[in-house]
Amino acid sequence: MGRYIIKRILWMIPVLLGVSFLVFSLMYFTPGDPAAIILEVEATPAQMEACREEMGLNKPFFERYITYIYQAFVKFDLGTSYINGRPVMTELLQRFPYTFRVAGISVLVAVAIGIPLGVMAAVNQYTWKDHLSMLAALFSMSMPNFWFALMLVLFFSLKLGWLPATGIGHWTCYLLPCFSIGVHSAAGLARQTRSGMLEVIRQDYIVTARAKGQRESKVIFGHALKNAMIPIITQVGTMLGRQMGGAIIAESVFSIPGIGSYMSTAIKSRDYPVVQGGVLFVAVIFALSMLLVDILYTYADPRMKSRYESSAKKQG
Amino acid sequence: MERDRRKKKSQFIMAMNRLKRNRMAVAGLVIITVMVLASVCAPVIAPYGYEQQDLYHIFAPPGNGHIFGTDNLGRDIFSRLLYGGRQSLKIGVVSVAMASAVGILVGCGAGYYGGRVDNLIMRFLDVFQAVPALLMSIAIATTLGPGINNAMLAIGITTIPGYARMTRASFMSVRGMEYVEAAAAINATDLRIILKHILPNAISPMIVQITMGVASSILAAASLSFMGLGAQPPLPEWGAMLSAGRTYIRDYPHLCMIPGATIMLAVLSLNMLGDGLGDALDPRLKN
Repeated sequence: MGRYIIKRILWMIPVLLGVSFLVFSLMYFTPGDPAAIILEVEATPAQMEACREEMGLNKPFFERYITYIYQAFVKFDLGTSYINGRPVMTELLQRFPYTFRVAGISVLVAVAIGIPLGVMAAVNQYTWKDHLSMLAALFSMSMPNFWFALMLVLFFSLKLGWLPATGIGHWTCYLLPCFSIGVHSAAGLARQTRSGMLEVIRQDYIVTARAKGQRESKVIFGHALKNAMIPIITQVGTMLGRQMGGAIIAESVFSIPGIGSYMSTAIKSRDYPVVQGGVLFVAVIFALSMLLVDILYTYADPRMKSRYESSAKKQG
Repeated sequence: MERDRRKKKSQFIMAMNRLKRNRMAVAGLVIITVMVLASVCAPVIAPYGYEQQDLYHIFAPPGNGHIFGTDNLGRDIFSRLLYGGRQSLKIGVVSVAMASAVGILVGCGAGYYGGRVDNLIMRFLDVFQAVPALLMSIAIATTLGPGINNAMLAIGITTIPGYARMTRASFMSVRGMEYVEAAAAINATDLRIILKHILPNAISPMIVQITMGVASSILAAASLSFMGLGAQPPLPEWGAMLSAGRTYIRDYPHLCMIPGATIMLAVLSLNMLGDGLGDALDPRLKN
């Protein structure tokens, strides 16, 4: 088991190097001269040249890339912002808690709504409960999520005045963003839970459990849901990572000072080190959450554990 | 020969019959067809041009000469939605066409040849998918610069891995079948085996994913427009209209509500159709 986890962690290294190469090349080939962005409009050509020289922008592609990954992965330095000159890493770490809190709470909201809804739909298949909850899931899946967020703001903040529309000063500020993101992800989770439950609910061991007089709640949650858990865990895991990407939109709607709003301002002002660093940072978080999912599998399903162990033995 | 052809036809018809019995799917198909037709015929149907301003009626509420009201520049929202559909639906269709063409080709290669080719392709996709899709398309669109064609390209590139993975999976499940072995035994070329024998038997999950893919591309395009990376004014596009309306949400919410509801309707009907197709094409649910 430990061997499998180490293998999994080592595999993250080439993936992250690949991502850094991808992102670095994207930003490298972006038209526009960074020196022109950093310096004032009236800078002389000589000043521009000096700036390029100082930042190493005149060096060839691969040399710059090697420097970049050395700085990023060995010294944990993602460069400084073109706009305000602050180190990108410091800023990202400062903003990360807000993004993480919103993402974490919305995943909890999604789990709290999505899984029970999916279970209910599967248990009552082809009844009005099933149809209604799946229709609701389809609707919330089909809404542009920032539109849903804006509609919530319109209703709860502007019309009723119950909740603050923006900011993070008070705990009530988290309600709207987390709910709007959570409901959107709950939809996919409910659909996944329903189809997963339907696959196991007709299995022999469920019949056996019922036949021996097990309580219905125990049959559904203890026997059926537990066996339908693998795809659900996968989806919850990717959700946390995707939320980090989706944060760009959500944070700019609710003005949350997290990674997302940092990156969206950077995109608008062409602040490439920030975009580059932010994407890399999110990729690391995403990779870590997928690692966590893989480890969780073994707890949810002993079959997975034995498969990992046997494959590790074969290769080791 | 005769029998062979009848059998082929009946499988398609059987799936269509199953689809017809699914009311949600039929509703989805009807709605999306109407929306496509309305966008195509926009110049005929639209009461105003998409740039035409009615400066006496800025921010007019829905009704009274303007079905859905007017925007901040006095432009008729209904007409702009009709013209906007051309852009939004085009982004959905073109990006999916691009992504599925490349993705299916790559997935075919990986699933059919297996081994080293497969390994190489899958590791490359791992890297690609290590960044959340939306973030990736935002990064690509930033590099390419704002505009509708670049948005299509960005969304298309990011969605390739999904199609590749799915094609690979369904190819691998069909690859071991006797009829594939039989075709190889009579010395059919790789291309013939892939196109004539494997693809038709592996295509149903692709059809479903393509239908749902158009829906999610429309949503992704709306997000890009929201970041200012999609359609540029004055070109109407649903997502761009929605994000432009955001400024006036406090006093004139219809500027924001109507384009958003239009996007939702299009995406919803495509998803309903996709769900129905999934059920109709699933051999396990034949009866």
